[in-house]
Amino acid sequence: MLVVGGNDGSDGGMVVVEGMSTWQYHLNLQSPNTSQLRSRTLNPNQNMEKFSIATVFIASISLLLALTRSFSVENPTDRRILVLLDDLALKSSHSIFFTSLQARGFELDFKLSDDPKIALQRYGQHLYDGLILFSPTTERFGGSLDVAAILDFVDSGKDLIVAADASASDLIRNIAAECGVDFDEDPSAVVIDHGSYAVSETEGDHTLIAADDFIYSDVLLGSTKIEAPVLFKGIGHSVNPANSLVLKVLSASQSAYSANPKSKLSSPPSLSGSSISLVSVVQARNNARFVFSGSLDLFSNKFFKSPVQKAGSSNKYAKSGNEQFVTELSKWVFHERGHLKAVNVRHHRVGETDEPAIYRINDDLQYSVEIYEWSGSSWEPYVANDVQVQFYMMSPYVLKTMSTNKKGLFHASFKVPDVYGVFQFKVEYQRLGYTSLSLAKQIPVRPFRHNEYERFIPTAFPYYGASFSTMAAFLIFSFVYLYSK
Amino acid sequence: MAVPVDNLTKPTPPSSTLRFAFGNVIAFFILLLIGVLAFSIRLFSVIKYESVIHEFDPYFNYRVTQFLTKNGIYDFWNWFDDRTWYPLGRVIGGTVYPGLTLTAGTIWEVLQSLNIPLSVETVCVFTAPVFSAFAAWATYLLTKEVKGTGAGLTAAVLLAMVPSYISRSVAGSYDNEAVAIFALIFTFYLYIKTLNTGSLFYATLNSIAYFYMVCSWGGYTFIINLIPMHVLLCIVTGRYSSRLYIAYAPLVVLGTLLAALVPVVGFNAVMTSEHFASFLVFIVIHVVALAYYIKGILSPKMFKVAATLVVSVGLVVCCAVVAILLAVVASSPTKGWSGRSLSLLDPTYASKYIPIIASVSEHQPPTWPSYFMDLNVLAFLVPAGIIACFAPLSDASSFVILYLVMSVYFSGVMVRLMLVLAPAACIMSGIALSEAFDVFTRSIKFYISNLSEFLQTDAGDTLPGNNVSPQNEVLKNEKKEDTLKERPSRKNKKKEKENIEKPSVKSKTEKRPLVLPVEASFFALFLTVLLGGFYVVHSVWAAAEAYSAPSIVLTSHSHDGLHVFDDFREAYAWLSHNTEVDDKVASWWDYGYQTTAMANRTVIVDNNTWNNTHIATVGTAMSSPEKAAWEIFNSLDVKYVLVVFGGLVGYPSDDINKFLWMVRIGGGVFPHIKEPDYLRDGQYRIDSQATPTMLNSLMYKLSYFRFVETDGGKGYDRVRRTEIGKKYFKLTHFEEVFTTHHWMVRIYKLKPQKNRIRGKTKKSKSKTSSTTPRSGTVKKNPWH
Repeated sequence: MLVVGGNDGSDGGMVVVEGMSTWQYHLNLQSPNTSQLRSRTLNPNQNMEKFSIATVFIASISLLLALTRSFSVENPTDRRILVLLDDLALKSSHSIFFTSLQARGFELDFKLSDDPKIALQRYGQHLYDGLILFSPTTERFGGSLDVAAILDFVDSGKDLIVAADASASDLIRNIAAECGVDFDEDPSAVVIDHGSYAVSETEGDHTLIAADDFIYSDVLLGSTKIEAPVLFKGIGHSVNPANSLVLKVLSASQSAYSANPKSKLSSPPSLSGSSISLVSVVQARNNARFVFSGSLDLFSNKFFKSPVQKAGSSNKYAKSGNEQFVTELSKWVFHERGHLKAVNVRHHRVGETDEPAIYRINDDLQYSVEIYEWSGSSWEPYVANDVQVQFYMMSPYVLKTMSTNKKGLFHASFKVPDVYGVFQFKVEYQRLGYTSLSLAKQIPVRPFRHNEYERFIPTAFPYYGASFSTMAAFLIFSFVYLYSK
Repeated sequence: MAVPVDNLTKPTPPSSTLRFAFGNVIAFFILLLIGVLAFSIRLFSVIKYESVIHEFDPYFNYRVTQFLTKNGIYDFWNWFDDRTWYPLGRVIGGTVYPGLTLTAGTIWEVLQSLNIPLSVETVCVFTAPVFSAFAAWATYLLTKEVKGTGAGLTAAVLLAMVPSYISRSVAGSYDNEAVAIFALIFTFYLYIKTLNTGSLFYATLNSIAYFYMVCSWGGYTFIINLIPMHVLLCIVTGRYSSRLYIAYAPLVVLGTLLAALVPVVGFNAVMTSEHFASFLVFIVIHVVALAYYIKGILSPKMFKVAATLVVSVGLVVCCAVVAILLAVVASSPTKGWSGRSLSLLDPTYASKYIPIIASVSEHQPPTWPSYFMDLNVLAFLVPAGIIACFAPLSDASSFVILYLVMSVYFSGVMVRLMLVLAPAACIMSGIALSEAFDVFTRSIKFYISNLSEFLQTDAGDTLPGNNVSPQNEVLKNEKKEDTLKERPSRKNKKKEKENIEKPSVKSKTEKRPLVLPVEASFFALFLTVLLGGFYVVHSVWAAAEAYSAPSIVLTSHSHDGLHVFDDFREAYAWLSHNTEVDDKVASWWDYGYQTTAMANRTVIVDNNTWNNTHIATVGTAMSSPEKAAWEIFNSLDVKYVLVVFGGLVGYPSDDINKFLWMVRIGGGVFPHIKEPDYLRDGQYRIDSQATPTMLNSLMYKLSYFRFVETDGGKGYDRVRRTEIGKKYFKLTHFEEVFTTHHWMVRIYKLKPQKNRIRGKTKKSKSKTSSTTPRSGTVKKNPWH
């Protein structure tokens, strides 16, 4: 029954909701009120007199936590974003993108990439919740920032947008490679597409691509379909299909290839066709989200506004799909969409309300969990019909799809299998674009107690009769034998 | 040594009752002193170390006792332990022999109710010494039934300090054997007592003592096979009597019923073949009893007719029963025998088929020196004891002989069963010594009386009077025994008398020539005392030096003084203070009990080796390369891996030395682990000649990680006495979190899955490095 290498990064006993730090949740475990408390501490106006000193202490810790880490459980959307630029001119040339972010409530901190004062963290606290690297040519960052610092930043759950360009530096390529995105190794190569280039004034320039091969995902790209193709001019990258964390959001067409447009093609291009990814997203295991784009111009005002016509197509759009595409993608990457949380994991026997410390075999139980999705401003009930709960001991003994009340509550009731051991309630919910939910709660299942068996079994009555009649017969025999003289 | 005192006192008729009273009082005080001796000789471990539970299994028993005292007997009975054998759990209440735990728990309760506030641990530590005093007294009773008070006292003294028993019952050695040896001897005593008296009262007590034995130790099967064998022996040698029937039949019926009450035995008491012998003999004894009965009521001629009838019918019935039994046995897997029992009958069975049994050192056959170490002079006295038992041979002495022969055989199979041999050897040696003292002192006494007669030439009558007196005494004793035996059914009285008269007459005839020359007597007496002295010296040495180490604290003497290695408790304390309560710790099963008891952390496998597959899984993980091991451990939710490493300080029983067993046990279930991969030309080595599989195995890596830093680049392993093969390496899937002071215990943590999956790095242009198998499948690579 051993499942070698089963897919569980979760540890038994503790419910680990991805996207929260472990010990933060641990506070939740210690006192059921804490999550509620934390929301209170976020609004200090509410009175707190009725809490004991200890509770206030816990609350103040979580307040501290809430202040220092605005990327919190309650509010997963990023707030403060560092933007690193090659050139301050980008600030104006890409202003539409930046303004849209600011309009959605983000604080942007623009810095030149070689600014010696750049720091992602101070005194062990992260200063930003997100990072936008619009500095494709930078070979070295200023200050203390380097690849390791950026990786440490994302590994602590922060988000990242990286835009490369035809002259992308090794630094940018390394960051991308660490996250599973491989830009074309030829430094002079760009994506060329003689089939679906964007029709423009300069005939024969097929490096400006009108791409419309989007990923089918409402979570990533919004529910509104992007009609117009997206203008792209830059380098392509490939992703390993075996890598489950990276997704091609915008792929090149079949006719695209990656080569130096100025030199003659001597050998087959290393990247070609739809294996070229133009824009990819990565969701790390800790639910940090990254966007990698091979084109910085993709985000520019010029591309946002320019009309687009795909070669060979008569449809002419007054405005490219870039703005919609970038905006929707930035909503996803900064956790305004597709971020799930699971709370109130409960289980109890049918007909009871208290959570037992141990179940008995063949008990009937009910399991429920509430799942909410972050809408950018509030937690909305998550509606789906494919959330499953497992009753798991080395392999799932029970696998059941939970029914939902459409208000966020998912519940299932089932019978504990006739096997004792240390089980886990597991919810492994991984859906494209959504943060992965991985809940595990350990619960032992015991066999019957000695007095929980039936005392008299009807089928055994002949045996009872036999033993009692033997006893009686022996008694009578003894009397007769002893006193018959 | 009470024997010479008894015999030296002049038996004059008026003072004879006084003399008996005097002898009884002396015997009582000697017994008391034997108890004190048995208790105090086992305290070396407490004095030299501290009052602490020893070894591995005692920790489990201690933990169970704690649970019992805290939660009561019903919760103990129904205890489902979710902290061992994760994730399977273990039904403790149904899988332990509860005798020891209940005993210690009861002692604790009684002490509490008397307002003596001893901790549970203290009670547990001192249970074994207390029960060894009981065992000495039980030995006295048993031997007294066989050969009289003198032999009883000598045997009790010997048992009080026999090294074999000390090794299992020093203070802190809180294991089943601690109480089971007492229960074993006491059951045998009650059996002999019933056999000698034919009293149903003792027969009932015998069943209860047997029940206590069943509660205490799996070794009860020794009793339930030995006693039927003795009964069969008695029947075959024509010693059948109603006393034998009373001693045996209630034991089988009541004993089996009571044994079935113990949850761990349950229906095994009637369904496994270890118990079949007793039922078979039960049938035989009834047939024999019927035959004797019919013989009594029929005339000889009629009996002959009846005998042919009964024998033919009986043969048919027997054949049918045997056929049924064979069918039942053959239909059960392993032919109805458990692995441990099979390895008793065929010593090579375990090492051939069950590596998990063979891997335990106490299941190995003993070496010859261990007989001398554990029994010392008893090994030489035993044959003399056997001879003494044959003169005269009684039911009781034949039982003792049988007990000795069987236990010698079993001790030769499994070193652990030396413990069962020890009481038999003590009884035999006690009889031998007592007889020897008897002969020597009688010779001396004879000489003295002769001498006095020679000096006082007028007293001519004293010689015959003196000469007769010991025989009078013997007669008197026998008369006393007769009066005791008169109580049972009257029908057998005649037969009994016959039985007893014969040996006593024999003894009378034999005793006369047993008078040795006085010089030889004195010399032999001196030598015998010297022999006893050697035994005492050896036993005290064994108790003080060899068997008192608690094995969780180690000491070593070197030129710069005493070194104490307290690494185990250091590691367990670290675990209990620095890990989450529900974290799972994987280690080889030897350390499972200690981890749950001392660190209070969930373990994957422990010393109760009930699930071979689970142990094989851990063995496979330990034998696998890092990545595969990580996957196995991760699938079991393991957070920490604990290895024991003796290479720095030269502690030989570490995991590297046990590693081949992990490979064998793992390979037994998961065939991709092959033992030859770990051996270079059949040799187990960890130096530069070691195989790559060995050097890449998790156990090697976890043991020798950073080891080279300790001695500046050499990496010299003091246990294997060689430089290690691979010195500089990094761990990719595990990180070292704790290593104890002497590096004896090393604890590693499983690294979490990588947050990101890396793509092709710029430097490595080859595409092979980036091939990552698909996530989510069994062969997933979470690391790339």
